[in-house]
Amino acid sequence: MSFIDAMRIGWRAIGSNRLRSGLTTLGLVIGVSSVIVLIAVGQGTQKEVTDSIQGLGTDLIFVSPGISQDNASGTSGARGSATTLVLSDAHAIGSANIPDLVDVAGELKITAQAITGAENQTVDVVATTEEWKYVRDANIAAGRFLNSVDVEDNELSIVLGSSVAETLFLENDPIGESLRLSIAGGRVSFNFQVIGVMSPRSGNEGLELNDQVYIPVTALQSRLRRFLRNADGEISINQIVIQTSPDADKAIVKHLISEVLIYKHQVAEPDFTIQSQDDLINAATEVSNTLSLLLGSVAGISLLVGGIGVMNIMLVSVTERTREIGIRRAVGAQSKDIVRQFVTEALMLSVFGGLAGVAIGVGISILLDGREIAGQTMTTVIQEWSIFLAFAVSAGVGLISGIYPAYKATFVDPINALRNE
Amino acid sequence: MIKLENVERTYGIGSNAVHALTGVNLQIDQGEYLSIMGSSGSGKSTLMNIIGCLDRPTAGDYYFEGHEVGKLHDDARAQLRGKVFGFVFQSYNLLPRLTALEQVELPLMYQKIPNRKRRAAEALIQVGLKSRLHHHPNELSGGEQQRVAIARSLVVNPRIVVADEPTGALDTRTGTEVMELLSSLVEKESITVTIVTHEQLIADYTKRIIRMSDGKIIEDSHRITSEIVDRS
Ligand SMILES: Nc1ncnc2c1ncn2[C@@H]1O[C@H](COP(=O)(O)OP(=O)(O)O)[C@@H](O)[C@H]1O
Ligand SMILES: [Mg+2]
Repeated sequence: MSFIDAMRIGWRAIGSNRLRSGLTTLGLVIGVSSVIVLIAVGQGTQKEVTDSIQGLGTDLIFVSPGISQDNASGTSGARGSATTLVLSDAHAIGSANIPDLVDVAGELKITAQAITGAENQTVDVVATTEEWKYVRDANIAAGRFLNSVDVEDNELSIVLGSSVAETLFLENDPIGESLRLSIAGGRVSFNFQVIGVMSPRSGNEGLELNDQVYIPVTALQSRLRRFLRNADGEISINQIVIQTSPDADKAIVKHLISEVLIYKHQVAEPDFTIQSQDDLINAATEVSNTLSLLLGSVAGISLLVGGIGVMNIMLVSVTERTREIGIRRAVGAQSKDIVRQFVTEALMLSVFGGLAGVAIGVGISILLDGREIAGQTMTTVIQEWSIFLAFAVSAGVGLISGIYPAYKATFVDPINALRNE
Repeated sequence: MIKLENVERTYGIGSNAVHALTGVNLQIDQGEYLSIMGSSGSGKSTLMNIIGCLDRPTAGDYYFEGHEVGKLHDDARAQLRGKVFGFVFQSYNLLPRLTALEQVELPLMYQKIPNRKRRAAEALIQVGLKSRLHHHPNELSGGEQQRVAIARSLVVNPRIVVADEPTGALDTRTGTEVMELLSSLVEKESITVTIVTHEQLIADYTKRIIRMSDGKIIEDSHRITSEIVDRS
């Protein structure tokens, strides 16, 4: 009996009981499609994170207060350590003659209520210096960005993100208008003068940047003596962003920045964390790879369960078809023919299940891509290897599931199978 | 061609053992036409299964063309069956999902014989089913199904056809048609045909009648031509 003959017999057997065949392969269909979808979602999340890190600008290095979680478990760079980074650190880095260093900007982020005569909105306030515009590749739609005079003179100048400008000033030109920022839960507020509006940004970074406003880093602290300062009374910041030239050796730049800050802070171990964009991307990739692997293996288990389903039905099928097996044996089928018949049938079932799973998995992944789910925009990236892997595993599982039932079928004794019922 | 020596067949073991055959000696020559008669449970089917290499004797020897085949393993017997034996059963034993043509192709498929379709169609035409090639068993009458089974037994050009109560499920008229068909095989193709039956009317077609009782052959009679039913 040739393989083609075995396939024809298998096709007939599968087709004669479509509902059962469909239900048998359901486990594999679900397994294969979920492997593909979950991996596509995992990779999509990774792409999103990577894109948003790249969207920050190019060739950036970030210094944040506190030590990273890699080095000290449980220590997040939060409140307690926030005081370790101050504005003068940014100046120190900028004036340290580090080769390949292009721009340095320190920034402090707080939340405030922005109020005009009629409208008000919660905004993220970025208190920073004029360099911010360069390191973040910011474009101005109207007016200008903060300049050194604003920073040196502690001006109450403010630049608006595009969404903020729209919400608060509607159709009107905001330049020159006044805007009140209410901070610390309304306990203090200051009137700022709008000097510029940023161009809208698209994508994930747009979500963040379009809702921000920018003020001189000195504006608040010069007016509030005890506000956001460290023990020595220096102005605290959340982050220092450094732009290097494209061909800079990031490791060397990071090392030199570290030297500068360790010396300036007079500490033995860094009390800050320095990460390049690549570091952030690597960390995010690592996280999402772990996630993909986890999701993939959960889906893999369902593939295994699907295989057990195929085995189960094949065992039932062998029992039900003892008469058929007896007839085939009587007309000359050898054990190998019987084995081939049932293994082929199991293999066909699982290949169909696998193909259906691939179609459904790819379909769902495409449908999910760009969909808004629970306020989040889904991104899916279908991985070709996940398709091949899932399909191969399902075919393999099906093949293995067919072997034992086929082996059992060879024990059917023709004289018992053919006795008159 | 076939020689059984002290063949025994016991089903089950210990106190449940059923001695279906208790020392059978039998010789069948090429081209013989014989029937095996006896009451129900006398061991006819058991003997038939052993002759057809579907089953093995528990004791005794079975020589086919001088070779001991009673102790061959399953696959060797399957190969032998496929090559030299044709089977016809009371309950036809056709596969419900296959057309008449495909049923007849089966033995050729397992024998890896080429031109399956043509040979199968020829066999079906030979048994008078030219217009039923693509019918499934449930679309055929009992007589037609049995003729498909006969075509299936003939398609490999067997040396011997063993038929276990081939007319048992058929009415007298179709039963007669089936017997005429089997008889013509002996005549035209000089195939050895062995028929199990408990009907004298059926046995009367054959030239040699073996009677069994309690797992033993109690009578083996060769008859002269004049005693045989005039089929014309
Ligand atoms: N597979 C089997 N297992 C156990 N007993 C069997 C089996 N086949 C037949 N027998 C028994 O063997 C005896 C002979 O059976 P069988 O050859 O079928 O008789 P017949 O065909 O003459 O009616 C009977 O008693 C029957 O019950
Ligand atoms: Mg019987």
